[in-house]
Amino acid sequence: MSMTVIVLFLAIVLLTLVITYYAAKNTKTTGDFYTAGGGLTGFQNGIAISGDYLSAASFLGIAGAIALNGFDGFFYSIGFLIAYLVVMFLVAEPLRNLGKYTLADMINARFDAKKVRGAAALSTITIVIFYMIAQLVGAGALIQLLFGIKYWIAVLIVGVMMTIYVLFGGMMATSWVQIVKAALLMAGMVIISFLVLMKYNFNIGTMFTEVKTATSHGSAYLKPGIQYKDGLGTLSLMIALVLGTSGLPHILMRFFTVKDAKTARSSVITATWTIGIFYILTLFLGFGAAAFVGQSKILEANPGGNMAAPLLAKALGGELLFAFISAVAFATILAVVAGLVLSGASAFAHDLYGQILKKGKATERQQMLAARYASLAVSVFSIILALGAQKLNVAFLVSLAFCIAASANLPVILYTVYWKRFNTTGAITAILTGLISALVLVALSPSVMSPVPGAALITGDPIFPWANPALVSVPLGFLGGYIGTILSKETDPIRYAEVKVRANIGYNEQS
Amino acid sequence: MNDQNEKSKVNYVQVEQSEQFQQFMNKRKKFIVPYTIFFLVFYFLLPICTSYTSFLNTPAIGDISWVWIFAFAQFVMTFVLCTVYVKKAGALDKEADQIIKNQVQKGGAA
Repeated sequence: MSMTVIVLFLAIVLLTLVITYYAAKNTKTTGDFYTAGGGLTGFQNGIAISGDYLSAASFLGIAGAIALNGFDGFFYSIGFLIAYLVVMFLVAEPLRNLGKYTLADMINARFDAKKVRGAAALSTITIVIFYMIAQLVGAGALIQLLFGIKYWIAVLIVGVMMTIYVLFGGMMATSWVQIVKAALLMAGMVIISFLVLMKYNFNIGTMFTEVKTATSHGSAYLKPGIQYKDGLGTLSLMIALVLGTSGLPHILMRFFTVKDAKTARSSVITATWTIGIFYILTLFLGFGAAAFVGQSKILEANPGGNMAAPLLAKALGGELLFAFISAVAFATILAVVAGLVLSGASAFAHDLYGQILKKGKATERQQMLAARYASLAVSVFSIILALGAQKLNVAFLVSLAFCIAASANLPVILYTVYWKRFNTTGAITAILTGLISALVLVALSPSVMSPVPGAALITGDPIFPWANPALVSVPLGFLGGYIGTILSKETDPIRYAEVKVRANIGYNEQS
Repeated sequence: MNDQNEKSKVNYVQVEQSEQFQQFMNKRKKFIVPYTIFFLVFYFLLPICTSYTSFLNTPAIGDISWVWIFAFAQFVMTFVLCTVYVKKAGALDKEADQIIKNQVQKGGAA
């Protein structure tokens, strides 16, 4: 580990702690804790959303995927980007208008049933835990590579840091850590992309021509089909990417940190532009890594390709740039896991404890304590799981999280806002069918079952053909909600009239 | 705390059935539905074309084939639709405010 790396690493840690210190002073109520008091501006929140979205998986993962698989890696960039149109057109504003802290709050604007809140909290917690383990295990492995420290120490460092941010600084600290990291990450991306383009005299045509002969794939590198050969499997992945985002709890929670739907709208716009530019840049990183680092060296460092971006930084900018990118990757991981802790804690403390157990009658002090205990519990629980999962191949957990989000959360969000007949039974069956079918199908898929020993959790031929089951589980989630609704006679058109009016015009009686 | 569960003082059914709100909803639907269908179709056309056809592999500009042009078109589309959405949704904000002022705050009577 070089001196520069250590200095930059400590600088990031120090900066985030200073942020947490100031945020802690301003975090007094539960509203402050969960949503920064709804006081972020559209621009700040937009940058924070981008930060939440540009996790280590998309920064390091996509650059690696493009470096190794060419066009097929770029599918991720496109899917994640278009996902924002779904958020913008269908979800963001109604969600902001109806909800308070959590997804369950929004659904409860229509149904008072505790079972619905419980089901929504369950799917939120499931997504958070899976996503978190994937991030922490990835983080541990990555920090091990970057800084040469042991896996368990790496996981503990990340775990303790995220706990400190959330416990003391709540959403305010989490958001500002996210904003700072997003700015650093964009700066890093722009610098590397600039260096790559400089090598090709800023001629994109030359870049394509050169990269055609730079890899062992030859001209196939520029064509789709290196990794995704099965049509329906590809389609299934693309469904999970585009629909999953609008159901991810830590992304949904971001829309409660602004004061109204108009601000939510402007934050999605900032996020879309930032993320869009970012994903275009992933192409330069991927191509650059393939050309100037070389696929064999990338694979040698990490079979998943996660080291492509840092290695490219080293090849083009030397130790200093490598240290910078490593530090940014570290900050990225910290910020994303902190957001996850917060959304998991809100499901436990606000939904399960505050609303179901205490029937919404918990005092402010009790709620605040519950929020902090829940954050601590979520953090400790995920750290323990991540420590135990070191040897497991957990990459599938990310696609599982996206799949549950698309199959369990999105149908119920859309039905709640747009379907008059929808009822309590339908809400429960939608969430449970989506959740269970995603879990079961992934468990039977090639992600979990592989005939090659050690390649996946279970050795054996996969029963379900596609790594990502969204093509089946998303329609099942919608169907589950439909059948549940039809089978129950319950319907409340008066309540729906209220939801419809409030969701669309943004009126809230309490405000 | 749980103020959402209290009985509402506003007659939302009346608001929902008012001509003003119906017109507002029609305008919202008019841009949300077609644009949503458009971007979803445009998006899914990419993996469908790459999986089941090969015409996108023909070169467009130098060594850049059509599949890349299509991929970049997705980015352009996102930026364009994002701008369109802001404009259209922003234009309806005034109408939403009017519904709040004229109806909701008066308890629902038009």
